[in-house]
Amino acid sequence: MSNIHSVILDKDKCMGCTNCISHCPTEAIRVRHGKASIIDERCIDCGECIRVCPHHAKRAQSDTLDMLKNFDFTVAVPAPTLYGQFKDHFSIDQILTALKELGFDDVFEAAEAADIVTSELKKKLKNKKEKVPWISSSCPAVVRLIQIRFPALLDQIVRIESPMEIAARIIKNDIYPEKKNIGVFFISPCPAKITAVKKPIGSKASSVDGVIAINEIFLPLHAAAGNLEKVEELGRASYWGVSWARSEGESHSTEWPETVAVDGIENVLKFFEELENGKIKHVDFIEAMACPGGCVGGALTVENPYISKARIIRKAGKLIEEDRGGRLKPDSHAVLGMDTDIQPKQGLKLDVDFKKALEKMAKIEEIANELPGLDCGSCGAPTCRALAEDIVVGTAKKNDCIFVLRDEINHLTENLAELGSWMPPLFSEREEKE
Amino acid sequence: MALFSKKFDIDSNDPMAYGQASSNFKKTLKQLGIPSPIIKRTAIAMYEAEINTIIHGGGGSGSVVIEDDHILIIFEDQGPGIPDIELAMQEGYSTASSEIREMGFGAGLGLPNIKKNSNGLDIESEPGKGTKVTIRIDL
Ligand code: SF4
Repeated sequence: MSNIHSVILDKDKCMGCTNCISHCPTEAIRVRHGKASIIDERCIDCGECIRVCPHHAKRAQSDTLDMLKNFDFTVAVPAPTLYGQFKDHFSIDQILTALKELGFDDVFEAAEAADIVTSELKKKLKNKKEKVPWISSSCPAVVRLIQIRFPALLDQIVRIESPMEIAARIIKNDIYPEKKNIGVFFISPCPAKITAVKKPIGSKASSVDGVIAINEIFLPLHAAAGNLEKVEELGRASYWGVSWARSEGESHSTEWPETVAVDGIENVLKFFEELENGKIKHVDFIEAMACPGGCVGGALTVENPYISKARIIRKAGKLIEEDRGGRLKPDSHAVLGMDTDIQPKQGLKLDVDFKKALEKMAKIEEIANELPGLDCGSCGAPTCRALAEDIVVGTAKKNDCIFVLRDEINHLTENLAELGSWMPPLFSEREEKE
Repeated sequence: MALFSKKFDIDSNDPMAYGQASSNFKKTLKQLGIPSPIIKRTAIAMYEAEINTIIHGGGGSGSVVIEDDHILIIFEDQGPGIPDIELAMQEGYSTASSEIREMGFGAGLGLPNIKKNSNGLDIESEPGKGTKVTIRIDL
């Protein structure tokens, strides 16, 4: 199985520093030969490394506006996070009209699809029987994190597609069923969504045709938004739908008493650990977002997440009075659910054979005990334990640890000194043993 | 000899480390490719027992052993011991102080929960001397 990723390394820019390795939630990065490299099976495209790299050597493979010409008819599906990139005086309608100005034939807000997911979620929560809390499926980095690190939680993921996917299905099945060569483009705050289209998780194929990063489109879009002759009334999402861009937006939109919202990948990791231990009680729904502040903190945005979040709150607030209603027809056949199982991923598994895996594990423990435990990163692995794992699976050597190396050199020099002062018995005055 | 075994200390003075042993062992089981439902049960049972060792036993030591067909988890402490094990096995029984209960810990010893999630639970305890809990989970 091939692993397609959107997060890639720009080798020329990478200085081989170790900033990224300790931030990766799946320990997917190693620095080797002076450059970072990503272990494909482990990467969840969360974008954490893009965020922390001081040399901007990590980036995401985004599509560009050039791709529009491959289609006869194109529709932009902007994530509501896009609205938070613009100052308050840019209205949502203005931003949507500007997207058409850039060449899209129509726009359909992901936030409008989020409203549909919300009503579906509400129905599900009302009829819920089991006690386990459900986990939102909307953040693809979180879903991938569960696949790799928390397989025991997989069956708790809500089996409703993401707003992006649902928007694309509605566009193709309900709004423009007669259009042939139609291209649906998601305007994305994060690399995880790019991967979610190239390699979908819960469905066999994505209905989205391209994903353009917000930071890729922002400058031309900003210019267009400032020069509009006429602003069309294009926005149809509700207060809640737009609120999905920030943390707590999704969970609050369910209007369900027992929900919780967790944001930031480190916090999500800790929360899931406790959830797995059975420690989290009295929660029915968990909104988990990989980025700080929710999608507004996405690695491909341009504005500070907290500024963006504040703007989203204000822009969404204006929609409380004004409800234009969504475009999903009551007789729609749009499929909202996922059509395949979400499988665990074996990125962390040591060996397919249980006995061999155990042997390797015992060796890892042994080596880890001999390493200094400083997690300094000089060996290119995020922790001493990760180096021990790498040594056992054969991708690193014990001498990669500078402390082990120093000890070896010490031994060697001690031996050398001893040998250097060694005299043959002919010249030396040795004490005879009595 | 066991295929895999590991010993560790349980420090009751560091709230940040509560549950650390369980988390580490969970990671080990995942790396070994143990099926998720077993990991889930192990996690719940071990975490409960680890917290007991901290809250009621004042810390102690533990070990995990993996054999061909089962896992053993052992926690030992030199705490006050459990005077009536049968009573402690009942849902809701607790000796935890009220502050600790307010932290959300110690609402019952969690022994019924450990039992429910394991294939064998053995408790040896002597009042004033300490407690040893052995949990077996079949693979
Ligand atoms: S995108 Fe996330 S998971 Fe992938 S290498 Fe970067 S930090 Fe690790």
